[in-house]
Amino acid sequence: MAQKTQWKIGGEAGFGILSSGQVFAKACTRGGLNVFGYVEYPSLIRGGHNTCQTTISEGKVRSQIRQVDVLVALNKETITLHLDELSLGAAIIYDPDKTAATNEELKRDVRLFPVPFSKIAMEAAGQELMSNNVSIGATIAVYDYDIDLLLSVIKEQYLKKGEDIISKNLNSARAGYEYVKKNFPEPFKYRLAKAKKQASRMLFSGNEALGTGAIAAGCKFYSGYPMTPTSSLLHFMAGNEKKYGLIVKQAEDEIAVVNMAIGASHAGARAMCATSGGGFCLMTEGYGLAGMTETPLVIVLGMRGGPSTGLPTWTEQADLKFALNASHGEFPRVVFAPGDMEELFYWAAKAHNIADKYQTPVILMTDKHLAESHASVEKLDQEKITVERSQIVPDNTQNYLRYKLTDIGVSPRALPGQPGNIFVANSDEHDERGISTEEKAMRMQMFDKRMRKLAHITKDIEPPALYGPKRAEITIIGWGSTKGAILDAIGGLSEQGIKANFLHIISASPLHSEAIAKALKGRKPKLMVELNSTAQMAGVIREHTGIDIPNRLLKYDGRPIYPEEVIQKVRQVLNR
Amino acid sequence: MTINPQSLNSGVFPNWCPGCGDFAIFASIKQMLVKLETPIENNFFVYGIGCHGHMVNFMKTYGFEGLHGRPIPVAEGAKLVNKSLNVIVVSGDGDTYGEGMSHLMHIMRRNFDITVFVHDNMVYGLTLGQGSPTAQCGFKSRSTPEGLIDHPVNPIALAIAGGATFVARGFAGDPVHLQNLMLEAVKHKGFSIVDIFQPCVTFNHINTYQWFREKVYKLEESGHNPSDKMEALRKAFQQDKLPIGIFYREETEKTYEEQTATQVPLLSEQLKTDIKDILESMR
Ligand SMILES: Cc1ncc(C[n+]2csc(CCOP(=O)(O)OP(=O)(O)O)c2C)c(N)n1
Ligand code: SF4
Ligand SMILES: [Mg+2]
Repeated sequence: MAQKTQWKIGGEAGFGILSSGQVFAKACTRGGLNVFGYVEYPSLIRGGHNTCQTTISEGKVRSQIRQVDVLVALNKETITLHLDELSLGAAIIYDPDKTAATNEELKRDVRLFPVPFSKIAMEAAGQELMSNNVSIGATIAVYDYDIDLLLSVIKEQYLKKGEDIISKNLNSARAGYEYVKKNFPEPFKYRLAKAKKQASRMLFSGNEALGTGAIAAGCKFYSGYPMTPTSSLLHFMAGNEKKYGLIVKQAEDEIAVVNMAIGASHAGARAMCATSGGGFCLMTEGYGLAGMTETPLVIVLGMRGGPSTGLPTWTEQADLKFALNASHGEFPRVVFAPGDMEELFYWAAKAHNIADKYQTPVILMTDKHLAESHASVEKLDQEKITVERSQIVPDNTQNYLRYKLTDIGVSPRALPGQPGNIFVANSDEHDERGISTEEKAMRMQMFDKRMRKLAHITKDIEPPALYGPKRAEITIIGWGSTKGAILDAIGGLSEQGIKANFLHIISASPLHSEAIAKALKGRKPKLMVELNSTAQMAGVIREHTGIDIPNRLLKYDGRPIYPEEVIQKVRQVLNR
Repeated sequence: MTINPQSLNSGVFPNWCPGCGDFAIFASIKQMLVKLETPIENNFFVYGIGCHGHMVNFMKTYGFEGLHGRPIPVAEGAKLVNKSLNVIVVSGDGDTYGEGMSHLMHIMRRNFDITVFVHDNMVYGLTLGQGSPTAQCGFKSRSTPEGLIDHPVNPIALAIAGGATFVARGFAGDPVHLQNLMLEAVKHKGFSIVDIFQPCVTFNHINTYQWFREKVYKLEESGHNPSDKMEALRKAFQQDKLPIGIFYREETEKTYEEQTATQVPLLSEQLKTDIKDILESMR
C-alpha cells in the first residue's frame, strides 16, 4: 500500500461527519494500519462546514497532513474549499445528483467518482440520512480495502440500537461499496491493504485516553461544566460512571466544579475536574484554595482559541503562562502538557499520583487538537500504572497534626469521619493544627513547607525527552500537542537529508531547567514551535535557563501545526 | 467519646466582638451537637469567610474553611463522597446571599442532606460593615453613605420557592429556640436552611437585639402549619412582624446523594482499577 495517504470527508454540520470519520479510522485500525484523525467544525450545531481527515499508514502516523488523496464531498462546498489540498490524481467521491463536477471545470488532474449517495441510501435503507454510510462504503471500494472490516465496525457501533438500525447502516455501506466496484473497476492509484503484521491496535481520542488513565489510577470523582474541548471528557466519564462506580457531576458553574472536587478530595476520593480557558478563569481562586489547604486535585485545562469566547472549537496553546501563574499568591505550581494519546493515558495517572503524594493541585493541559483528535494506539499498559499516595494516619493517632512541618513538605493526612484525628483545613494561613495564624514565624514555616514540595516533584518526574539523532543540524523545541507534527516533520526532514532532533517538554512546572539547558547548549540553530503569538514557552525557557530561542514558528489561527510547515521553516532557518 | 459542650471547644478562645450574635450561634451549635448524639467525628463543618467563619478555629470538629461564598459546593463534594458524614455549612449573609448565591439556588433544587446555617447580620462584618444583600433599603455604611438603594433579598421566600425541603429562621437572641431549630434542621432528611438573625453590635446599629426582640414572634405559637407551602410563603413576606421558627418542611423520599453512585472507595482503599473493558471497546 501507499506509504501514507490521507482521506478527507467534508459536508454540512449535522451529517455525521465525525462519526463517519471514526468508523473509517476504526476499520483501518482493525486492519493493523495506523491512523491519525483530525476534525474541524464551527461552533454551531447545524450547517457550517465540517471536515474529518484521516491520515493512514502502515508505519507510524502522528499528525494530519496537508495533502489529500481521497476527498469525500457531501456537498459542493467541500470540493471548492479543499481543491488545492488534492494530490495529483486524487479521487473525489461525490453525489452527482447534488454536485456537478468535471475535470475541465476543476482544472485539476483528479479522478472523479460520481456516486449518487442519496439515491443509493434511499434504495438500500429508505433513508437519505444514511448517505454518509454510502460514502464510507464507496471509500473502501476506491481504496480497494476490506469491506468486512468496515461492516464489523458499523455493526458494533450500532449494537445497542437494534436490528433494524444495524441492517440499514450495513446495507447502505455495502451498497456504496458495490456501486463503486461495479461502475469504476479500474484500480485507483492509492490502495489500502491490511497490514501483514497484524497488530491489535486501538483507536483513542485524547479525552478518552486521558479519562482512561485517570480511571485506571483510581479517580473516583469528576466534576465538570460543558465547554469545548473538555465536554467530551465529561461525556466519557459520565458514560463510565456506573460501570466503574464513579461519581460524575455537572455543576452549576466552574466555581462550583472546582470547589466540589476539592470537597470530594478532602473527604477522601481521588478527584478531577476539567474545563477550558473561560472556565479556568473562574476556577483560579479554587485552584489556590487546593494549594493552600494541600488538597490533591487534578484540573484538566483543555485549551482553545482565546481570548474570551475566542475560537471555541479551534486549537491554541496560549494558556501556558496563565496556567503557570494562575491564582494569586505563591504555592507549588505543577503543570503538565502531554503530547499524544499514550502520554495522556500515563500522565493522567501520574498527575493523580503527584497530586496525591504531594497533596497539591496539578494542572493537566491539553488542547482542542489533542483532546478531540483520534489516533491508533499500540498499547496502553495498565500494568505500568501504579497508585502512589501520601500516608493516611490510622484512627486515634496521638497528637495528630494535619499540617505537621516536615522535610519534604508533605504531612500525613486524615479523613473526616475517622475517629480521633479531628483537624481543620483552612484557606487562611494556619499552624500545624490548621488553626488560623498571622504570626510571622509560623507563616514563613508553613509557606516554606508547601513550597518545598516542588523540588521533590522535580525529581519524581522524567526530564523532557530528546527525539531523533543526538547530533543534529537543528534542535526543534515544542511542548504538548505539537509533538506529533514535529516528530512527523523530523522523519520527513531526514528523508530530505536534514538531521533534526526534537526536545519535547511535558512538565512546564516544575521545569527541568538543567536538562533543557544541556539539550540546548552550543551554537546549533534552535527552532521553537508553539501555537501562540508570543512564544510563551520560549519565554519560560529563557526565564529559567537564560537561553534565548530567536527562531520561532508561531501559529494562532486556530489550526494545528502541520509537519509540512515545520519542514518548510526548518529549511528556511538552515537556508537549505 | 461522650460529647459535652466543653469537649467541642478547640481551646482557641472566640475573638468575636463582645456581644456579637456569633457567640450565641456557636453555643447553640454545640448544644445541638450534644443533643444530636452522633459520634463527634461524623460531623463535618464547612465554613465561609467572614466573622462567622472564624468559628473554624473555635470548634473542635472536622472542619474546612473554604473561600468567601463557596462553602456550599465544598460541602456537596464531601457529602457525595462520604454519605455518612453529617455535613453542616456555617456561612454568612454575604457569603450565601451575595458572593455564592448561585450555589444556594442550586443546592436547594438538589435536596442534598446538608444543613446550611446563615449568620444573617445584614452586613459584611469582617470587611467593616458594608451593607449585605439582606441590608434594609436606606442602610448607611461607608460604602453607601447616602443610604442603600438596593432592595434586600428575601432568603426565606427564595428558599421556599427554590425547593428547599426545610426552611427556618432563628434569632441569636433566643438561643434555646435556636438550638431546637438547628436540631430539627440537621435531623431533617434532605436540604435544610436556617437563616439566623445575628446582631452585629459593631456595625449594625439599626438591626440590634432590641430591634429584633420587638419584631420577632414564634411561628409555632401562632398555629402555623409548616407543611402548607403557600402559607409559608405568605409568612415569608411578612414585614411588620418577623416570624421565627419553621416556615416550611416537606418529607421527601430520597436525598440527592442517595440517588448517586454507591459509596466510592476512599483513598485508604484499593484504588487501582482494571480498565480492560475500556481498552477492548476501543479496538
Ligand atoms: C472573593 C472574595 N471577595 C471578597 C473577600 C473579602 N471579604 C471577606 S469577608 C467578606 C464579607 C463577609 O460577609 P458575611 O459573609 O456576611 O460574613 P460576616 O463577616 O458578616 O460574618 C468579604 C467581602 C474575600 N475574602 N474573597
Ligand atoms: S464585626 Fe459584627 S459580626 Fe463581626 S464579630 Fe464584631 S459584632 Fe460580630
Ligand atoms: Mg454578614
